[in-house]
Amino acid sequence: MFSNCSRNLTSKFSNQLKRLQSSLVIAEHNNEALSPITQNALTAAKKIGGDITILVVGTKCGPAVEKLVKAEGVKRVLVAESDAFKGFTAESITPLILASQKQFNFTHILAGATAFSKAVLPRVAAKLDSSPVTDVIGIKAADTFVRSIYAGNAIQTLTASDPIKVLTVRGTSFEPSSLEGGSAASEPAPAGDYATDLNTFVSQELSKSDRPDLSSANVVVSGGRGLKSGENFKLLYDLADKLKAAVGASRAAVDAGYVPNDMQVGQTGKIVAPDLYIAVGISGAIQHLAGMKDSKTIIAINKDPEAPIFQVSDYGLVADLFKAVPELTGKI
Amino acid sequence: MARVLVGVKRVIDYAVKIRVKPDKMGVVTEGVKHSMNPFDEIAVEEAIRMKEKKVASEVIAVSCGPAQSQEVIRTALAMGVDKGIHVEVSGAEYETLQPIHVSKILAKIAQKENIDLIIVGKQAIDDDSNQTAQMTAAVLDWPQATFASKVEKGEKELTVTREIDGGLETIKCKIPAVISADLRLNEPRYATLPNIMKAKKKPITKMTPKDLGVDISPRIKIVSVEDPPTRQAGVILPDVDSLVAKLKEGGHIP
Repeated sequence: MFSNCSRNLTSKFSNQLKRLQSSLVIAEHNNEALSPITQNALTAAKKIGGDITILVVGTKCGPAVEKLVKAEGVKRVLVAESDAFKGFTAESITPLILASQKQFNFTHILAGATAFSKAVLPRVAAKLDSSPVTDVIGIKAADTFVRSIYAGNAIQTLTASDPIKVLTVRGTSFEPSSLEGGSAASEPAPAGDYATDLNTFVSQELSKSDRPDLSSANVVVSGGRGLKSGENFKLLYDLADKLKAAVGASRAAVDAGYVPNDMQVGQTGKIVAPDLYIAVGISGAIQHLAGMKDSKTIIAINKDPEAPIFQVSDYGLVADLFKAVPELTGKI
Repeated sequence: MARVLVGVKRVIDYAVKIRVKPDKMGVVTEGVKHSMNPFDEIAVEEAIRMKEKKVASEVIAVSCGPAQSQEVIRTALAMGVDKGIHVEVSGAEYETLQPIHVSKILAKIAQKENIDLIIVGKQAIDDDSNQTAQMTAAVLDWPQATFASKVEKGEKELTVTREIDGGLETIKCKIPAVISADLRLNEPRYATLPNIMKAKKKPITKMTPKDLGVDISPRIKIVSVEDPPTRQAGVILPDVDSLVAKLKEGGHIP
């Protein structure tokens, strides 16, 4: 009886609170295109409630801004375009976010949990003397968040007491928000001298691939140590191409030098949750499962019937991958 | 010659399958194997290599936590660190100790010890926060080189290769700086028995956050810690044909 009563109170209370919130979402883009994870971050901001402002920062913001002004449920888009932001360095972007915060007094500053935002947002939070919450998988109230700890083996719910909440949200835990139906105004972000000599961007070596992006692909084919070499990954590329899938890897495969690190799925790599995840020659260590166990359907191909991966897979095939994978590729 | 500070955290060993406490307020830590956070081992290794290359003059390891945190400081000393600092935080205070507190502690120690480089792991494998390096750099107004897989020290700057989502990037950052170590930065060494014996003689200074003037009052309240949803056990299929059938059934292939 009491619990019912308090629930009603909370929901009234949180509705009032929701109207008082205002969020700043930091868009992610590469000066050419908007990253899809920005749409997941927008959904998280809507769960918090209140006004939503998006900040687009970079050396060329046009392509991202063009998309975001049409995003549903967005009040304004702040644009900061300058050579000062070359390489998206945390040292140049932090003062810009602080200036935006000073002008608009947001209650929440958030972004999708990526290498970019994980580098920038804790720096911002420290400047605001706020304890940030990374990789949020659920929002229960404007101050109460759910996140996974211990490589996803425990789920922690916490209430953050700092007045300004700084969050990164796990893309796979929030549906993408629509980029249609909105008509936000775009305006320049607070001006300032954001050039920094603390850090200078030198160069980038990006892995080129025609396959879908690993973090947002509907189907992922991943290989582990069982592939035995980098050349043998071709078996997976062929299968992936048939399924229009992205290709991932376990840490063991990365450490052995079979594939580059940006393909790593796991606790300290990328977290994916596709409709279909096919794990080939992967034993299923705790750290790998952390990155893929929210996939809708998991298929494991491994010759060891005792491999822990079979405890999480919906369909398991105990077979030699060197025979099974080409056969599967041939039959679809 | 740089003076290097390394942050090390004592965490439940990476291979342990953790258990959530019956009261749903945390995970069981009593009687569970603990060791140094794997990313911090990499940070320590990098610092020692800097000393071996004669670019670092002294390496200090610091850990914030209960009395047992001294074990990971000893491990760092056995790997080749010169001296240790143990900032004692225990009980309920440790339960709510967050990167924001640790970063303030590290920043204060860095100033006290005239540190040029702070190296910490990219994240602790218990709270999975990935915040401490970035926040320490912010408190000190130093540049940050996060998720580093290669570090080269020049005269007044570092050239760092960073692991980013699409591949790698190279930055140059001024010294003093804060580095966070990614897995591919190096292969940490094992401490040999003679070095473990020698480490027993190396000094560990004890202090408290209060001594450093750092307020560690909680910024969060833990509401609950629960088991994640478990997946239904699946089925083992006899052959590739049945797998193809299942893919068709699931609408993954036409």
